[in-house]
Amino acid sequence: MVTDISGIDKKTVLEWLEAVKDPEIPVLSLVDMGVITHVEVSGKRVAVEMTPTFVGCPAMDIMKQEVAQLLTQKGLEPTVNVSFREPWSSDKISEKGKAALKKFGLAPPPSHAALIHDIDFLEHVPCPRCHGTDTELRNPFGPTLCRSIHYCRTCQEAFEQFKPVG
Amino acid sequence: MNNEAIKELLYKMADDLLILGHRNSEWTGMGPLLEEDIAFSSMAQDKVGQSLALYQLLHQLGEQDPDTVAFTRNAGQFHNAIITELPNAEYDFSLVRHFLFDTADALRWQMLTRCAYTPLAQLAAKVRGELRYHTLHANTWIKKLGSATDESVSRLQHSLDELMPYALGLFEPSPYEADLIADGLFQGEAVLQQRWLAAIESVLAPTHLQLPDVVLIAPVVGGRQGQHSPHLQPLLDEMSEVFKIDPAAEW
Repeated sequence: MVTDISGIDKKTVLEWLEAVKDPEIPVLSLVDMGVITHVEVSGKRVAVEMTPTFVGCPAMDIMKQEVAQLLTQKGLEPTVNVSFREPWSSDKISEKGKAALKKFGLAPPPSHAALIHDIDFLEHVPCPRCHGTDTELRNPFGPTLCRSIHYCRTCQEAFEQFKPVG
Repeated sequence: MNNEAIKELLYKMADDLLILGHRNSEWTGMGPLLEEDIAFSSMAQDKVGQSLALYQLLHQLGEQDPDTVAFTRNAGQFHNAIITELPNAEYDFSLVRHFLFDTADALRWQMLTRCAYTPLAQLAAKVRGELRYHTLHANTWIKKLGSATDESVSRLQHSLDELMPYALGLFEPSPYEADLIADGLFQGEAVLQQRWLAAIESVLAPTHLQLPDVVLIAPVVGGRQGQHSPHLQPLLDEMSEVFKIDPAAEW
């Protein structure tokens, strides 16, 4: 559906990009995940800069294609580049994004990831189901690069956390 | 900026990560427990991804594209340290190698956050955070198994003694050490080795493991100049098998 593109601005583009989700966490938009770092609109041309959550993230190419595809469908001429100019940290996830993660069953990362320097930050992660903190880290690595595996002694079930990275 | 100096640095880092990433991936489906299978597979994915980011920087500096660089060179054209190409052997060997290598790698990236070559400093700022999970994983297991049973301690000690000469080869000086330091690109292998040794010592201190006396060890060098063990070429042949059959294949 080609939209009337006269007078569109960065805000509109970001609203449109809400529709593009992380393929591995389909409730989280790329905007809320914080991987869209710059948008510059000039007439029909729009330059988008993205940055990966993890350097080795295999979903990056797909996300890039989906952003370009969506903006092309809206009648724009997008260029999408990946850059480390503004590196991703888990603090870039919006409050809305953190709420979506929790609803999806993933413990959201705590704030101020850059200040965290020892392993305590992975012990006693609040359980996304019962909110209890009687939990333990089972594995700093999980089913995707951005998740760790924990165990809740109250629920007696395993859960995953979106890893804090600073 | 001395382009040859920065390229030499990028190549050896990228090659270390690609080759050790490949070795780590050989644990997929073979780990001693599911969590370790996942951990080594995830670290493989991180390392290969980080190597790609470095090959992309090299491409921007005029080198061939990443796939060509990764899949078409022979052993003699690789700059990885020999420690990264050694076969996985048993889990204790892979774990000790992971500990020795990742401690050095995390410190190297940390130092590079202040690199005068901005694209590398920006990448380092990102990678540094990811590597915390690698060193956390290594340190946790070394501390646990280094104080557990007679068997776990003796296995780790044996691998530590075997791997130390190879680990010291990570710090084989570059022909460009003086340029790298003068241009503010990297503080040099000697500084890195010193910091690495202090970090290794502090993790081993509470365990029953003894750090071999590095003064008495002859480092196994040559990898940075393309002189490798017989184990590298078979690894490269396997890694590039699909690419060599069909360079345009997507998988």
